[in-house]
Amino acid sequence: MEKLMSWIDDRFPLTQVWEEHMAKYYAPKNFNFWYYFGSLAILVLVMQIFTGIFMAMYYKPDAELAFASVEYIMRDVPWGWLIRYMHAIGASMFFIVIYLHMFRAMIYGSYRGPRELIWLFGMVIFVALMAESFMGYLLPWGNMSYWGAQVIINLFGAIPYVGDILVEWLRGDYVISDATLNRFFAFHVIAVPLVLVILVFLHIVALHKVGSNNPDGIEIKKTKDENGIPLDGIPFHPYYTVKDIVGVIVFLMVFSAIIFFIPTLGGWFLEADNFIPANPVSTPPHIVPLWYFTPYYSILRAVTWAWLPGGAKLWGVIAMGSSLVVLFFLPWLDRSPVKSIRYRGWIFKVALALFVIAFLMLGWLGTQPVGGINTVLAQLGMLIYFGFFLLMPIYTRLDSTKPVPERLT
Amino acid sequence: MSDQNVNKGRRRMLILTTSAIGAVGVGFAATPFILSMMPSARARAAGAPVEVDFSKLDVGVLLTVEWQGKPIWFVKRTDAMMEKLNTIADLLVDPDSNVETQQPVYTKNLPRSQEKYPYISVMIGICTHLGCVPLDKFPVGRASGMGADWPGGYFCPCHGSKFDMAGRVFKNVPAPTNLVIPPYRFLSETLVIVGENPEEAKA
Repeated sequence: MEKLMSWIDDRFPLTQVWEEHMAKYYAPKNFNFWYYFGSLAILVLVMQIFTGIFMAMYYKPDAELAFASVEYIMRDVPWGWLIRYMHAIGASMFFIVIYLHMFRAMIYGSYRGPRELIWLFGMVIFVALMAESFMGYLLPWGNMSYWGAQVIINLFGAIPYVGDILVEWLRGDYVISDATLNRFFAFHVIAVPLVLVILVFLHIVALHKVGSNNPDGIEIKKTKDENGIPLDGIPFHPYYTVKDIVGVIVFLMVFSAIIFFIPTLGGWFLEADNFIPANPVSTPPHIVPLWYFTPYYSILRAVTWAWLPGGAKLWGVIAMGSSLVVLFFLPWLDRSPVKSIRYRGWIFKVALALFVIAFLMLGWLGTQPVGGINTVLAQLGMLIYFGFFLLMPIYTRLDSTKPVPERLT
Repeated sequence: MSDQNVNKGRRRMLILTTSAIGAVGVGFAATPFILSMMPSARARAAGAPVEVDFSKLDVGVLLTVEWQGKPIWFVKRTDAMMEKLNTIADLLVDPDSNVETQQPVYTKNLPRSQEKYPYISVMIGICTHLGCVPLDKFPVGRASGMGADWPGGYFCPCHGSKFDMAGRVFKNVPAPTNLVIPPYRFLSETLVIVGENPEEAKA
């Protein structure tokens, strides 16, 4: 065995990689509940790729056959229903995990220097994941698939001058059609997953270069023992591999409960209108994107001021795009001298609480009909959402902070 | 080889020109892949005109047919619907249909229809906001579930855009322009061909 290892190590740095990234990778000793979601995100990614491969064995990316082939997987393929539910519900679980993972970064300031690139890679992963799930959602060719894709692709039509030609290019036709379905399949099964895997790799490489942040927001690399090992660090393996297994088991319990007992989650994970085949001349009476897009969808709908130059449509699209773009700038918007919420003052805590409430409210409103009080609330939510980010350079500087200890508490 | 006499300027120049030519090459190589995603010859050929017979259509009822994969609406409007069009101009963004791309010139008039058949409304039933199909809410007032001051028209369920019985867009909704009117030609009083202009407009 030892001989084999040294034979390999002479040709490939196996032991070195294992030690650098697992056995001698020192992570802060005080990780808590919020630190489960990174490893869970990898778990879900692997699960999505795995179940996806098996569905691709039966799915037909053809407008005439797609809907029936999904029903075929659900009814006739042995265990097909389980594989498809794992994949479809897995998409929702992916976003739950990712949103919690991002929230963790926000409360403990994990996006702050020197971890800006980790945050940027993460944001690109998030956007790629949105594209991936959006294109995957067209594939069952249900009526909500069809009209959801119609609405989102038409967003690009709002871009001045090139909008119309861009939309035709994306669709490959004058309407959402077989051509659109076929190319979305190509992107969904190979192009975007490949990009996602590469980005996740880069995300982790960047993380392991600077080391993890922690709930105290203290750099453990500042205080090392005589061997150069951080005093507040513990090896990732076996300590955090074991901890993460606990998270995996709890996650799989929740995931299984949803798959086996409430797979549609009352229309939140699988929408009723998507059990009707796509119909190009009939929009569902109430178009709702899947829950993880609804906050941004709300922002899109909240802009109704026709006096804006270029019209409300263009600015709705710009507002929705900006709501994602602004997240990229988070590392530079935050000017607080401390990272973690533990040492921040009341202003940041209030701002963050308002942001969470606004985000959840926007998400809820995105599932509701427009008009009246809903539009006013969505506009208020949008104001808080952007206020949280754009005023951050001011209020994080004004905020009082507590002294940060030298070592982990 | 010695590094003493390296001409750095020439070296930089060569790197720059090689990169620039390389970038042009990448651009050319990318072109077929990018263009392959445009509508194919088959998709472009599918836009042939369609004939619609609406002799059995009742007054004040919506008929939907498909042309180029899009829903085309037919309504024989009632007198009451036509009179309403006169009275709501100040609620609308573009009451006189001044945006030229939204209708053929021969329907740029108050009821947005052809002069000989003013009551017949033909429109593409796709919301100018993000492409949903609006719902018909023809009854006036609360009967449509819209509100007491509703003059009758169309309502888009996706983002709440509203249009009147001539497809003209209301103020303060996300849709920026009136509904699009396709080219159409009357073959007889109850037979229309969608996708072709009338004879007199062709000249």
